[in-house]
Amino acid sequence: MEVKGNGFSLELKEVLESIPYGVAFLDDQLRVVSINSLLEVLTGYQSEKVKGLEVNQVIKTNVFKELKTGIKKEEKFIIEGDIIDVNRRKIPVKLIVKNIFQGKRRWVILVVEELPFWKEKIPFLPQAEIDFFLGNSPAILKIKEMLPIFAASDATLLIEGETGTGKDLFAEVIHKLSKRADQPFIKVNCGALPETLLESELFGYVKGAFTGANTDKPGMIRLANGGTLFLTEISELPLNLQVKLLTFLDDKEFYPLGSSKKVRVDVRIIVATNKNLKQMVKEGKFREDLFYRLNVLKIQLPPLRERGDDVLILADHFLNEFAKRSHKKIKGFSEGALKVLKFYKYPGNVRELRNIIEYAVHVSSEDLISEKHLPEYIFSSIKEEIEGEKKIEKAEIEGIFKGSTERPFSWAEFEKKKIIEALISCNGKKSEAAKKLGWARSTLWRKLKEYGLE
Amino acid sequence: MKILITVEKDWVSPRFDLTREVLIAENKGEKIRTVILPRPSAEELCSFILTENVDIVVCGGIEETYYQYLLWKKVKVIDRVIGPVKEVLKRVVQNRLREGKIIR
Repeated sequence: MEVKGNGFSLELKEVLESIPYGVAFLDDQLRVVSINSLLEVLTGYQSEKVKGLEVNQVIKTNVFKELKTGIKKEEKFIIEGDIIDVNRRKIPVKLIVKNIFQGKRRWVILVVEELPFWKEKIPFLPQAEIDFFLGNSPAILKIKEMLPIFAASDATLLIEGETGTGKDLFAEVIHKLSKRADQPFIKVNCGALPETLLESELFGYVKGAFTGANTDKPGMIRLANGGTLFLTEISELPLNLQVKLLTFLDDKEFYPLGSSKKVRVDVRIIVATNKNLKQMVKEGKFREDLFYRLNVLKIQLPPLRERGDDVLILADHFLNEFAKRSHKKIKGFSEGALKVLKFYKYPGNVRELRNIIEYAVHVSSEDLISEKHLPEYIFSSIKEEIEGEKKIEKAEIEGIFKGSTERPFSWAEFEKKKIIEALISCNGKKSEAAKKLGWARSTLWRKLKEYGLE
Repeated sequence: MKILITVEKDWVSPRFDLTREVLIAENKGEKIRTVILPRPSAEELCSFILTENVDIVVCGGIEETYYQYLLWKKVKVIDRVIGPVKEVLKRVVQNRLREGKIIR
């Protein structure tokens, strides 16, 4: 399709590509005629494949009804709503709709503009203020301090952290706080695609580059022009693509597949990994030169188990969120549940805590979340850990008697610790704790008095 | 194998959280029933899916939270599917449906 004017003629696709937002060109029945590359990235559907489909199928918005009504009444209007994108994120958007008349025929231009993400409720974030990471632990306070510094810089940033620590969120916050906030934020998961596909996704290709390349594809790097390119799971990047990425980082230029013309772009690169890149370099699994090129700015996101009482702050936040969503009036956690939540080590970090709270809210029909509402696996994991600790302690004690450890051993301290553990595991019930310790109830009472644990 | 497809006007509904109608198929698609939901709600639909012991959910757009929750509950989710429910069901029964598929 062509757009013609006084002395000019342009391909529709070219016009749509020139707009720095996701754009759909629709017919009068709101069926897709064409969408631009940015909308392709946002929705995960290719323009050619969605031709003729009702736009609601492609841009999964909650305001389609309003859009349909508005289009009949007004020539141009704006609606705010949300969409669900290819990455299963609910994104707050502004839909700018404009009718275009060509004789009797009507066409519709629909522009999708992402709204600042803190306008919508996002887990991890308190809504009243823009405090991006919940928690007051020293580890998280340090990160909060670094946030504006990293956002102000344009240097490559490496985010390390275990799974579920919030690497994606951190990258997005950095982008939204940077001067590039109004430009695209493109995320590519290096571990999610096979090597050849990843190369064409990143660097794009020209028509005829290989069988099936029927049109030019700009590639994610070009789509991120002016904005931020976030490469997650960077450790999974195949070695030959590591070379290509390194060259791009040095020159800010690259050749799309099958093209002899260099493309120059201005993007900020943020990468993330849950692996130890330095160790991978030592093992020859990651290029040393690329590692140093990426490691300009570096941040290590702390695992939840090292964030102390942040667990409780986050648990409370998630409880409020899920209780509100499920229309349940849950006031908080029982003492026992809080102890369990605090004691558990969360290998899946904040994401796991969130899932645990969601589960608890779903299964609870009371106004307090207690231990019985928490998933069973937590308890078996805690039990394993306590047993593991017992084994270690036993070995230490044996060591003391053999005189092979340097740590001074205090029997009183050891006994006190065992009593506390027994009381925690029995939810404070003394008779059960005494049974667990193999003592008579009176012995436990006496020991509690002795150690000041009453 | 119990399959649930979110429905809107005989097509897979574009959004899981706005779904008002679902199709439930058993016995390789031979036993089919339609359920009208009291209101669109992703949470309520998730608990309905679990109560019904559904094995596979086919839907349009779904938020990561609900996707992960269902996976955690061992429910397979094939999302971002576009197409008429009848054809989609045929494909899922034949194990020929994948995420992001467009059927016309």
